[in-house]
Amino acid sequence: MQWGSWAEFWAMGGYGLYVWGSFAVTLVCMAGEMTSLVLNERAAQTRNGEQA
Amino acid sequence: MSLWTLIVQRDLRIAWRRRSDALSSLFFFIIVVSLFPLGVGPEPGTLRLMASGVLWVAALLATLLSLGRLFAADHLDGTLEQMLLAEEPLWLVVAAKVCAHWLTSGLPLVLLSPLMGLQFGLQAEEIAVLTGALLLGTPVLSLIGAIGAALTVGLRAGSVLLALLVLPLYIPVLVFGAAASGAHASGLAVTPHFSILGALLLASIALAPWTAALALRISME
Amino acid sequence: MSAINWFKYSSPHSFYPLAGRMVPWFLGAAALFGITGLYVAFFVAPTDFQQGESYRIIFIHVPAAWMSMFIYLVMAGWAGAGLVFNTRLSGMMARALAPTGAMFTFLALWTGALWGKPTWGTWWVWDARLTSELILLFLYIGFLSLTAAIEDDRRADRAGAVLALVGVVNIPIIYFSVVWWNTLHQGASVSLKSAPKMATTMLLGMLLLAVAFWLYSLAAAMLRVRSIIREREPRAAAED
Repeated sequence: MQWGSWAEFWAMGGYGLYVWGSFAVTLVCMAGEMTSLVLNERAAQTRNGEQA
Repeated sequence: MSLWTLIVQRDLRIAWRRRSDALSSLFFFIIVVSLFPLGVGPEPGTLRLMASGVLWVAALLATLLSLGRLFAADHLDGTLEQMLLAEEPLWLVVAAKVCAHWLTSGLPLVLLSPLMGLQFGLQAEEIAVLTGALLLGTPVLSLIGAIGAALTVGLRAGSVLLALLVLPLYIPVLVFGAAASGAHASGLAVTPHFSILGALLLASIALAPWTAALALRISME
Repeated sequence: MSAINWFKYSSPHSFYPLAGRMVPWFLGAAALFGITGLYVAFFVAPTDFQQGESYRIIFIHVPAAWMSMFIYLVMAGWAGAGLVFNTRLSGMMARALAPTGAMFTFLALWTGALWGKPTWGTWWVWDARLTSELILLFLYIGFLSLTAAIEDDRRADRAGAVLALVGVVNIPIIYFSVVWWNTLHQGASVSLKSAPKMATTMLLGMLLLAVAFWLYSLAAAMLRVRSIIREREPRAAAED
């Protein structure tokens, strides 16, 4: 562990906005894409299940 | 009479009968170029810096506008299908059409560019570099554009889509073409940029007609 | 004669259930590598001597950039296979990969800008690497627009394939841009031939997240190709 405290972790040596701005947008994009794909898949399974 | 001459003459004749199409692209070029000094301000130093970039972008946009009519008329009256069915190689037919297209859209731009250069206060040598680069670059624009035109034949909203597809592919031509003028302005040699433009031209001549022919077959089946 | 008939899976009907079975494994593995990678990125890799903490963006930026190029190559590969062999599933795979590739290209550009501002003082510069990566984004968008604009699926696949293959020349340009031109973007730090020029822990974090992104892309592509199969060939998608 190299962070003195949680506050230091979030601050990222003053670069917090840039670092977390990067990681946050990445997370949002990937989670968003995967969620939409999985929801689509689940809906299809439900339709399939109802027909079978 | 060879197939090449036949098709080039035919397309030129058709373009002449519809002079307004070719002329409107040309006037579009002139108007767009003239807009920039009005928007940016008439300061001579700024204009001289901007000149090559503005002319190149305007040439790109004018070429894009004119690409729509490369295959559209033939598609509408069924000639395009006949071309696909004919025993003559389609890539040769496409190459001839692109040649005629450049003669009616690219070449006029090249011939007008010295005049446009004067509008921006360029000196003789700068105009020579710019015109030379456009002479090498505009055929590449027609050739690469033919691929995009072939992919979007008959689609609604095809012209906007065409722009979207073809502009990224135009960027290298734009970069090296404008860089030639930039190099000359900095006192550096222009030959490297002309060499690359020449290479792009040769590569497009070799690959684009065949690719556009493939794209036409895909679009027309 | 091989005992395994690999071409069995070139039919949408056979591939559909296989893709479905692979998804949870890919996602699980992606999560594993992702969490481990993030742990290394934040709690093992030390602070950079020159850049401070802002360098940690590299753990997203480089994997995203790698994926943006790699996915395009795979997409163009499937597109080419579809053109040459006239296989329906190849075209579907290319269409399935494109959105994820576009997303990673955007992320590479976004994280690059956020890294560039504090480190090199600018959000953007028109050098060879950044410009060619931007062109890559435009190429993805062009592919997605063209395939969306054509109603007939097979024609759309084939037209998109031509476009994708024409654009593939951009990938070596992006990759070698830092060698061929003087760019603001730094040169290659990781190479197959020589020792890496960065600390081992940093390299480890980057590689772990790159693998995580790769597995994520596989999961996304499998899910999306299933969705495409369901749209185009509903009977193939009906489970036996």
